[in-house]
Amino acid sequence: MVNPHASPEIPGVSLLPRAAPSVRRWDEHAEPEGVVRELWVYRELLFFLSWRDIKVRYRQTFLGVSWALIQPLLTMAIFTVLFGRVANLPTDGVPRPLFYFSALVPWLYISNAVSNASMSFVSNANLITKIYFPRIMLPAAVVVSGLLDFLIGSLLLVGFIIYYRVSLGWSLLLWPALVLQMFVLALGLGMFLSALNIRFRDVKYAVPFLMQLWLFVTPVIYPTSMIPARFQGLLAVNPAGGLVEAFRHLLIPSVPMRWNLLGISALTTAVVFLLGFAFFRKTERAFADII
Amino acid sequence: MSSAHSIEIESLSKSYQLGLKVRGGQIREQLIQFLRDSFGGRRRRRETIWALRDLTFSVPEGEVVGIIGRNGAGKSTLLKILSRITYPTAGSIRVRGRVASLLEVGTGFHEELTGRENIYLNGSILGMRRREIERRFDEIVEFSGVSQFIDTPIKHFSSGMRLRLGFAVAAHLDPDVLIVDEVLAVGDAGFQKKCLSAMEGLRSGGRTVLFVSHNMAAVENLCSRGLWIDGGRLRLDGTAKEVIKAYLSSYASDSGTQSLQVEGRTGSGEVRFTGIELLSHEGTQAAVIQSGDGLLLRMHYRAERLVTHPGFSLRLLTDMGTLITETSTVLQGLSIASIGPGGGHLDLEIATLNLVPGRYALLFSVVSVDDERVLDGDVRVLLDVEPSAAYGTAQLNSRFGIVYFPQRWKSPVSAESNAAAAGKRLPGVASG
Repeated sequence: MVNPHASPEIPGVSLLPRAAPSVRRWDEHAEPEGVVRELWVYRELLFFLSWRDIKVRYRQTFLGVSWALIQPLLTMAIFTVLFGRVANLPTDGVPRPLFYFSALVPWLYISNAVSNASMSFVSNANLITKIYFPRIMLPAAVVVSGLLDFLIGSLLLVGFIIYYRVSLGWSLLLWPALVLQMFVLALGLGMFLSALNIRFRDVKYAVPFLMQLWLFVTPVIYPTSMIPARFQGLLAVNPAGGLVEAFRHLLIPSVPMRWNLLGISALTTAVVFLLGFAFFRKTERAFADII
Repeated sequence: MSSAHSIEIESLSKSYQLGLKVRGGQIREQLIQFLRDSFGGRRRRRETIWALRDLTFSVPEGEVVGIIGRNGAGKSTLLKILSRITYPTAGSIRVRGRVASLLEVGTGFHEELTGRENIYLNGSILGMRRREIERRFDEIVEFSGVSQFIDTPIKHFSSGMRLRLGFAVAAHLDPDVLIVDEVLAVGDAGFQKKCLSAMEGLRSGGRTVLFVSHNMAAVENLCSRGLWIDGGRLRLDGTAKEVIKAYLSSYASDSGTQSLQVEGRTGSGEVRFTGIELLSHEGTQAAVIQSGDGLLLRMHYRAERLVTHPGFSLRLLTDMGTLITETSTVLQGLSIASIGPGGGHLDLEIATLNLVPGRYALLFSVVSVDDERVLDGDVRVLLDVEPSAAYGTAQLNSRFGIVYFPQRWKSPVSAESNAAAAGKRLPGVASG
């Protein structure tokens, strides 16, 4: 019987797109366009896995989705008191809550998305050993589902903007590009760490610690302007550095946009993503044998 | 390659390296191993096991093929490669059309999600489109027979309900090629019947089906063709009837001797293992070895000359290469005066095989006790332990460790309410 639903985009037939569309073989490396096509075929799975992550995350929690607000708000309050009032760190003349919150929203997204993505294969080992689907879907779903919390945080940020009567500039148009960079960065690191975690379970212990260190070298608590100018370029090698600072700049046009720092961080983000993807592709085939 | 073939397999081989995969591997262990290797310490040899060896066959469109073979013959590995879960070491595979593989029922079920949500999730993991799931949703629910609980989180489902729900989704896949592992081994008779009739429906629908089973009656009824895999090689390819007949008669004649993996074998060769039989407790053939079974290992050997004081030993390893236990005639205080010249056999009786279901490796060796020379070493046999009711709920799997102990839970509460609660407390087969 001919399958009435058969079409070129059905799952499992997409590795050899050109010569023989309905044949797949594993003795050849899939062409990059084959990968992209396969991701397109499985896009609904990405949706369902992200949806599962979101549902499961807040099910049986008393406070539910409000956790997405509590985490950045409490962190902001602590930062304001501790680093603002007590340590009296400068904030580029921006109201302190706004200064911390605008950086915390992207930072917490990166930190949570990378931590959760690094566990995505190990906690779904039964899927990997029982069924085929593009493995990349697992870390990708985590990184996608984290965007919900990010958007909730961003909405709250709008509240801050209104409260502090911030006048927004044209630079706000840059926001989608920054979100994209943030997403790509989290996905790149997530792919790398999740694949590494299959062989080395040390990742589970190392990631929370590395996240803490990463926070200190990222201008969340302090402004970049506090760093001596000759070290600022170095700081931007940290892909989150220029990014977080740029997110802050969107709201505070009085602070000049450091294009060179954003450029460097975009470049390092691209490098991180490509390396993460390459490592992932290289180890992917052995996942089911090792996990 | 004719276009009428939906599966083409050419010189397919798959090897596993025992010991390479350290479960939950830590950098420290690997570092120590690396240092040990580089400073010329005792080098740990990688144990290679060939699960599949040079397999070639093709399946025309619309054929229903039963794959049979003994425990550890490579059937499951073949299905995993066909399902793209694992990749071959050598050779090539071509599969035409949409593939659905059922190595487990209810893959990806999540405890916290409702039956309805799990249908969508499981369906999309199995490769169904959302529109497709929506269209067939009512059919799936009806088939599963759990419609009144469809909006209840499945953590409250009994294992039977999960199984029915999982199979209901699978039965509504619309694949060109269906790959089915022994999913029928679990579940009650009524459920098995339902599964078989669903597969019957696929057959009449002209789909290509690959079906692995130890249930010869099911294979004979459903399949037109049989493939007998033995020691990772294709031993016989023919009609289901004749392959089953040859397979069963091999039990009677050469009495189920496992093909030995001779690569990596060590020793002087004065004694050679010629075959290992995995027998049930009563000494009859064991088609399936289940958790909790008694097991009799019969080691056939041939000695080139008279060998005095031989010592036989057996090591049992997980598929990760972790040593579970080692035993030998010497450790047990059994002294053998001499063997050979010529052939003979030795039995090792295991009262209860208390391993959780999964894949294991047996390594057999013979040494000369007097001068500690290895005569034949590291002869490998794969051991696949299948689930059984030994654990009450048949829900034991490798996530629960390696061994289990004979045990009994006692509760002052009546047995009946205990049983009712059991379904809620334990994670189900389906989600495992």
